[in-house]
Order: sequence, then C-alpha cells, then structure tokens
Amino acid sequence: MATHLSAADTRPRHKRVLPGLSLSLGTSLLFISLILLLPMSGLVMQSVDMGWDRYWQVISDERVVASYKVTLWAALLASIFNGFFGLLLAWVLVRYEFPGRRILDALVDLPFALPTAVAGITLATLYAQNGWYGEILESLGLKVAYTPWGIVLAMAFTSIPFVVRTVQPVLEELSPEEEEAGMTLGASDWSVFRRVIFPALWPALMTGVALSFTRSLGEFGAVIFIAGNMPYVSEITSLMIFVSLQEFDFPAASAIASVVLMASLILLFAINIWQARYLRRLHGRS
Amino acid sequence: MSSSKTSSGQRHQLRVGDSPWVKGLLIGITLFLTAILLVVPLIAIFQQAFVEGAAHYFNSLIEADTLHAIGLTLVVAALTVPINLVFGVMLAWAVTRFEFPGRKILMTLMDIPFAVSPVVAGLLYLLLYGNNGWIGSWLYDQDIQLMFAWPGIVMVTVFVTCPFVARELIPLMQQQGREDEEAAVILGASGWQLFRRVTLPNIKWALIYGVILTNARAVGEFGAVSVVSGNIRGETNTLPLHVQLQYEDYQAAAAFASASLLAMIALLTLLLKAFIEWRQERSLKIEAEKERQVTQ
Repeated sequence: MATHLSAADTRPRHKRVLPGLSLSLGTSLLFISLILLLPMSGLVMQSVDMGWDRYWQVISDERVVASYKVTLWAALLASIFNGFFGLLLAWVLVRYEFPGRRILDALVDLPFALPTAVAGITLATLYAQNGWYGEILESLGLKVAYTPWGIVLAMAFTSIPFVVRTVQPVLEELSPEEEEAGMTLGASDWSVFRRVIFPALWPALMTGVALSFTRSLGEFGAVIFIAGNMPYVSEITSLMIFVSLQEFDFPAASAIASVVLMASLILLFAINIWQARYLRRLHGRS
Repeated sequence: MSSSKTSSGQRHQLRVGDSPWVKGLLIGITLFLTAILLVVPLIAIFQQAFVEGAAHYFNSLIEADTLHAIGLTLVVAALTVPINLVFGVMLAWAVTRFEFPGRKILMTLMDIPFAVSPVVAGLLYLLLYGNNGWIGSWLYDQDIQLMFAWPGIVMVTVFVTCPFVARELIPLMQQQGREDEEAAVILGASGWQLFRRVTLPNIKWALIYGVILTNARAVGEFGAVSVVSGNIRGETNTLPLHVQLQYEDYQAAAAFASASLLAMIALLTLLLKAFIEWRQERSLKIEAEKERQVTQ
C-alpha cells in the first residue's frame, strides 16, 4: 500500500479530463462541515462560555484526574499487550501454513465486528466470580472483573485487530534475501529477527500500537460493564462525561470532553504525520 | 511484486522461525491465546443465551420491546448505510482523481470519527441539536425534536461510521490509477456511464466490504447512541441499548439472547469479509496468470 500511495503522489500532473470535481468535492466538503465541523463548533462554544476558572476547576477535579490516570494506564497496558500479541498473530498468519489458518485470519476481526456492549457483558460474565474464567482466577487469588484490570482486558479485546492488520502487509512484502543471507552466514534465528526483520517491521508495529492506544482511550461500551465504575479506582474518562450528562451538567461534560477530544486529535495527527514520514522513507530506500 | 514472492513449498532455503519447534511453539501459543481471548467469549454468548432453555430464548426475542429494538436498529442501519455509501464514493473520487490544495487535510479530517470517543461524538450532537443548543433551540421552536428520538440516533450513527467506505476505496482507487477512466472519457463516455461501466466494476468488492463494515458498526454502535437516545424502552432503544437494559435488569439470559442476534450479524460480517478476500485473491491470480501468458 505504501508504494502505491507515493507512486500516485509523484505521478506527473495530468491535464484534468475526468468529470465530477465540483460535485464530488462539493458534496464531501458539505458533508464534512455538517457532520463533523459544525458539531465540533458547538463543543468549543460551550467550553468558551464557561470561563477559564470554571473550566479549569472541572477538568482538574480530583475524581476526573483519577479517571485520566486510570484510562491512560489501562490504554497503555492494553496497547502494549496488543503489540506483542498482534505481532505474534501477524507472524503466524503470514509465515506458517497450518489447518485453520484462514479461520484464524477471519477471527482476528471479531472485536471490530462484535458490538462493544456485547463484548462488555460477555467479558463481565466470563470474568465475574462465578464465571468460567473468574472461578479459575479466584482460586489463584486473582480478580479481574470490577477492577482496573477488567478495564485493561476490555480495551485489549476491542483493539486486537489494529496491530495485526498494520503489521501483516509489511511482513508479507518483506523480501527474503537479506534474511537468507543472515541465515546462510550462520546467524541465529533470533539475531536475524532482531537485526533484519524487526527494524523493517517496527514503524508499522508502532503505528498499530498507537492506533490501538487511541481506540482504547475512547472505548466505552466494552469497558463500563466490566470496570465496576468505582470513583477514583475504576472510572474511565468517557464515563465521567456520561455521568455529567446524566446530571444535566452540560458545561462539565463539555469541558471533560474537550480534553479527551484534544488528546485524540493530537494523537491522530501525530500518527498521520509519522505514517507519512516512514512511508516516504520506505519508498525512498527501495 | 507478487511474482517475487515464492511459496514456502518451492523454497529450500530456511527462513527465520522455520525450524519445527519454533514454528510449533509460536502456532501453539497463538492458538491458545486466541481460544481464550476470542473463541471462548464467542461461545459464551450463545451458551449464556440458552442457559434457561430454548423456549426462554425464543420467548425473550419475541417480547414487544425486543422486537421494537430490532426494528429500530434495522431502520437506523438502513438509513445510515446509503448516506455513507454516497459520501464515501464522492470523497474517494475527489481525493484520488484530482489534485487540489488541502487534499491531505481532507483525508485526515475524514479519520476524526475513528479517533473520537463515541461518548464525545454523542455529546457533540447533543450540544448542537439538543434543546439548549443553538440549532436545537431553533428546532424546538419549530416543534422538531431530533435528540432523544430516532433522527438523533441516525445522525450520530452516520458520524461514527462515515469513514469506513472511503477508507476501503481510497487505497484501491489510488493503486488503480486514472488511466482507464481517462480513456473512457476520451472515448466519449458521460459521467454516469464512466462511473457505472468503468469505475464501479473495478471497485465493486472494496465497496461491498466498506458497506458491510459500515453496517456492522451501525448495528452495534453503543456509546454515541446511548448519549442521544434517552433510553426510552420500546421507543428509542436500539438493540445494543436493549442488551444493556436487560443486563442491568438482571435478565442476563434475555440480554444474551438479544446479544446473540448481534453476534450472529458479527459472524456474518466476518464470513462475508473472508468470502470477498477470497474473490479478490482469485481475480488477482487470474489476472497474473493472463499477464504471464501474454509475456511468454
């Protein structure tokens, strides 16, 4: 995909013969303005209306700050787990032939296809004290459901596909020559992986982890059922917005939402810039 | 590119991780983790749904509120998918067929719904179109209610699912280039003919895939919908919200019965995706074969 993107960009400028520029661009701009930009303006106006003091008071409230910490830590742990698990899945799917490989490949997308509320009640039931997993964990003295670990679990579940789907295409296009040269020279599997394969994979791996992190920060449906939602302990920031809304405290909800929105926009732009840079580097080398 | 890739069977040279015990170990760990993290939860949905017997399962599905939730969910999906289909095709056409300033910015803007928390998405709409919002208060005077009613649910669902179709189309259309279409225009095709006869056959599978993803997300959206729905039983409850309601009402078996319908849609989505990928692979292979025969 990488090379196609850059190939299109470096293509000499064509004389414009294709129809539909004004129609397609006009519709797109109108749609994006109506669907995306207009609603975002409402949030900005609501937050500006509040005044700085009240705004700061809401977003630095102790309970809200605790929710930032829980959300960030859980998202971080979930995306790191997915970094390892996703890399493993991608590797196994690309490198090996075995019965059931296609089913496994299809199953990877389950967390995207399954509604988050369904994932939430299922995980909560499985990991609850009397659930299939909960019983086993209980006998080991571990508790997952209704603790911050439940949040990590739900976030990890919903973002499994990101790393797999970003690493998979890169792994498929990796040329075998360098790798084989290393093997012929008698280097061990591990050192060839570390010196040759991993450097080629890691930009894609990082992108996948970052996407998984972004998604985890915003996850709501899967998390609230298993989190237990105890103030200061297992409340995520999305829930704080939701709670403010239920109390009809629109300004507070907007203030917290503006923090979340800014964080996710910064992450999105950072990922896009990072991706564009490493795609260019990749293309420049080949 | 595909010609340089040789299948492992024809290759004698060992690659990293090809030794039997490494291979066995990695496959083993992967299958074990996948079973725990994905397969067992999937089975548990259906097991929990039938825990009080098949009669209870079917009875809870034909309950009036459940039927209403199913109907509303289908309506929301039926309205959302065509809107985002048209938008996705328009956007993909604009950014892959023309150069204009701000093209990259437009593509980044399109990604925003993926990055935004669904609860924040719902809040954005509530602030604008709710009774206190600047559009909402005007609509209120006209006696039009969008929030806490089905139009609001459709609006936020359109928001959260709008990138899917465009995201599937853009890489493919960029890769295919504009030559075919330019040739058709020079040969005198009209805009509609061009799209229907040249573009559409080329992007057919990606388009279907985009629609399936849009549909899956539209049916299952929870966070954004729960902010704007108002959770009125039998009125503004979509199926995922109904699942939550039943679950919190200690009707676990009924909740899982409703959830099993959503899980079946998810499984169907995965099945269709696998089928489309298989079709695409096959058509690529056929093309490669043709090319090989021509060059020989």
